[in-house]
Amino acid sequence: MEWETVIGLEVHVQLATKTKIFSGSSTAFGAAPNTQANAVDLAMPGTLPVLNEQALRYAIMFGLGIDAQINKRSVFDRKNYFYPDSPKGYQTTQMDYPIVGAGNVEIQLKDGSTKTIRIHHAHLEEDAGKSLHEDFHGCTGIDLNRAGTPLIEIVSEPDMRNAEEAVEFAKKLHAIVTSLGISDGAMSQGSMRFDVNISVRLKGEEEYGTRTETKNLNSFKFMEEAIALEVERQIDILEDGGRIVQETRLYNGDTKTARSMRSKEEANDYRYFPCPDLLPVVIDDSYIEAIRASLPELPASRQARFVENYGLSNYDAGILSADSAMSQYFEVASQVCDDAKLTANWVIGEVSAQLNNTAKEGDGTSFALCPVSAEHLGQLICRIKDNTISGKIAKQVFEAMWNGEGDADTVIADKGLKQVSDTGALEAMVAKVINDNPEQVENYRNADEGKRKKMTGFFVGQIMKASKGQANPGMVNKILMAQLNG
Amino acid sequence: MHNCTLAELSKGLADKAYSSDELTQHFLKRIKQLDSQLNSFITITEEQALAQAKAADQQRANGNSTALTGIPLAHKDIFCTNGVKTSCGSKMLDNFIPPYNATVIEKFNQAGAVSLGKTNMDEFAMGSSNESSFYGPVKNPWSTDCVPGGSSGGSAAAVAAQLAPAATGTDTGGSIRQPAALCGITGLKPTYGRVSRYGIIAFASSLDQAGPMSRTAEDAALMLNVMAGFDHRDSTSSEQAVPDYTAALNDDLSGLTIGLPKEYFGTGLSPAIEQAVQAAIKEYEAMGATIKEISLPNTSLAVPCYYVIAPSEASANLSRFDGVRYGYRCEDPKDLHDLYTRTREEGFGEEVKRRILIGTYALSAGFYDAYYRKAQQIRRLIKNDFVAAFQQVDVIMGPTVPNTAFALGEKSNDPVSMYLEDIYTISTNLAGLPGMSIPAGLVEGKPAGLQITGNYFAESKLLNVAHKFQQATDWHQQFPAQFSTKAED
Repeated sequence: MEWETVIGLEVHVQLATKTKIFSGSSTAFGAAPNTQANAVDLAMPGTLPVLNEQALRYAIMFGLGIDAQINKRSVFDRKNYFYPDSPKGYQTTQMDYPIVGAGNVEIQLKDGSTKTIRIHHAHLEEDAGKSLHEDFHGCTGIDLNRAGTPLIEIVSEPDMRNAEEAVEFAKKLHAIVTSLGISDGAMSQGSMRFDVNISVRLKGEEEYGTRTETKNLNSFKFMEEAIALEVERQIDILEDGGRIVQETRLYNGDTKTARSMRSKEEANDYRYFPCPDLLPVVIDDSYIEAIRASLPELPASRQARFVENYGLSNYDAGILSADSAMSQYFEVASQVCDDAKLTANWVIGEVSAQLNNTAKEGDGTSFALCPVSAEHLGQLICRIKDNTISGKIAKQVFEAMWNGEGDADTVIADKGLKQVSDTGALEAMVAKVINDNPEQVENYRNADEGKRKKMTGFFVGQIMKASKGQANPGMVNKILMAQLNG
Repeated sequence: MHNCTLAELSKGLADKAYSSDELTQHFLKRIKQLDSQLNSFITITEEQALAQAKAADQQRANGNSTALTGIPLAHKDIFCTNGVKTSCGSKMLDNFIPPYNATVIEKFNQAGAVSLGKTNMDEFAMGSSNESSFYGPVKNPWSTDCVPGGSSGGSAAAVAAQLAPAATGTDTGGSIRQPAALCGITGLKPTYGRVSRYGIIAFASSLDQAGPMSRTAEDAALMLNVMAGFDHRDSTSSEQAVPDYTAALNDDLSGLTIGLPKEYFGTGLSPAIEQAVQAAIKEYEAMGATIKEISLPNTSLAVPCYYVIAPSEASANLSRFDGVRYGYRCEDPKDLHDLYTRTREEGFGEEVKRRILIGTYALSAGFYDAYYRKAQQIRRLIKNDFVAAFQQVDVIMGPTVPNTAFALGEKSNDPVSMYLEDIYTISTNLAGLPGMSIPAGLVEGKPAGLQITGNYFAESKLLNVAHKFQQATDWHQQFPAQFSTKAED
């Protein structure tokens, strides 16, 4: 039997507003528990919510970024449930009239094809607080700092057919929200969280199978693992003649296992109704158009520009444009050295590798926090281009720059890494290697043209070793040929 | 001094006939001597009141006073008061001391008013008799065997018994006007959004509105001048400019068209109350007003509509009382579920639980369309009735309540007959309109109220219409004998 997977995503994105969606408390991450919770956040009696207009603007920006319909009238609803991290006993969210209507996100797949994932809608809502189960001897601590942080929940159609598509879609959303500057995208801090709806059906079947929802995945890797695990579980059940139970599941990234959280029967009746403390949000065309006019460049148009203006490959341009901090870094560096292709190689290669070693996945600010500034990288690349150092030495210089030992010229000077291009010095070096290795010279001179080419490698290696890698490779070759053949 | 209106006391303070300190001490003394018979106060803030009075006297001496500077007031215990217990009449909040003031309290503080204390009320403002209070029922000063009405019964009784010159109340379905009628005082529920709800413990957010409870319309105007206005902390408060509500008090009423809804004079209305209302209408005719019979055809739907919408909102508004962050918490909860269920079982009274259940049911999946959505549609119809009526008339008049104050305990076991107490007042809240009740007679020694309903933001007109009546009659100057002679200095 051939099975087909059907995946839909619900993505929670924390918006990068300075204050909460319905109160003036700070949203900064990492403060001591409950120091960023005022009377409104604590749901003290008589307190009332007031919508933070910046959150509304950010949600509209997202809608415009995915070519979605912006609803001119949206309504906040109360979603009722009891839990200690939900201080009012209900979450303020949008149910029937969300701010963002249907839209589209285009993803690129590894085989080079593209696919459009439809967005059903995106709505504004408030985040809950956190329950702290450690350190409280049989009790649970409640931290309401996060309570009231603005979120958009993006709900996709069930358009994805495998984990790759789901992960690409998630990454694309990450690229969009960080490029728009509406979220810091810091996944390790919970700024972006994914609920994955998964079902399987026999290939060719029209009807969807019964789905499960795996909640609160906060990395692309966990998402990929959780999908693989759940698809396998569902197929096993179905092939054994069983039935899938509609349920909410939790994936544990440490143990690589998942468990059922609650079944549909146990699901809450949330008793949604319009929140009488908040008026319907009514906006007009001019409000929307003013926001559209202020939109920053989005990944798709940036990618096209990189291909067009810098002559990059579509693939490289795609990587560079996905992350706005990365693309900004690339553009600054390439302007300094005036070599976009070499800069692209460095940014995608060396710089990204170093950042990946230190930063956490998806934390979009990592390029902004790179210890080697874009200007300094550009200067380093200049030194490669003007033959001051070789590409190989440049990696050594970069490492030193990363460790705070100064800019490229300082490191090159301090460590004496300047490429040796002095003809006299190089001739002496070549002569010494030839003198020290009479046997190899003899063999070389007796070999035919085809073999000779291979044998030069030995001499070049010896010379580079003697020069600690600093000999100008082009000049070494020329002088070596002259002396060997001369 | 306690026989004086707020306006007269304000003049007395301005003329240095007495100080705010003396005035405040006088009312505190009356409360101490008399309130044991009424139970109208939950908390008396003597120390704070005297400090505020001294500050007010200083303010008057400095020449930067308002009409309210130094005037002692009582506040319904639903308004959060910084550092002073705010119980909302419930065991759930018996230990709750807010770290903030309601906007209304803040505004009175800024105006230099003095707070004598917090008045008794039906638990979470749910009731029409003040019998659902955790602190016991309030007695009607006109007949201490009777209820004062509710939910602002403590404020109404305190003003009627002259324990305070005026007080604040809130009105969700009649909670200012009905007790004002039963206690023979003047009560005004402003247009929804006219007064900030910030810091008022919510019952039904789309209906709740705070207003003044006073002896006269002029006093209500002075109070509303302080209370009204946009508040950036309440999204539903109106940005409409606030006029001086005293400015139009004496406007001539000739040419005024008064609508009498035929639905307000049908079965269920006590003939004696009807007589009092008709007599009041005659007064208005004498002042040059035209009377017009109108129809508000959906009136009979108002009570059922209200008892879906208000409990639905309440069921969510009261979810925050969960024993986690403040207020009552049950002893030794064994787990989270136990904490929730026992805290709420023990902390809420019967009527509150009844309404939470009704509201939870009405919002449940499968019932939402039949109840909540239908009720919202009816609410629109009721509003449209009024919009149409105000095309033809300037104000609408009728009885505030079908009967005079009933005996304590009489309706405690019959919630539906209790709910019908608000049959004439509820529509106003559903439509969001301003409404007043003013004293219009005595029936067997108990007050009868005339209700005046106005168009949106027509508070000035309402106060004008009420004031002219009070200029022509003296029903508002009648005092319950038991309380008017005692503690005279």
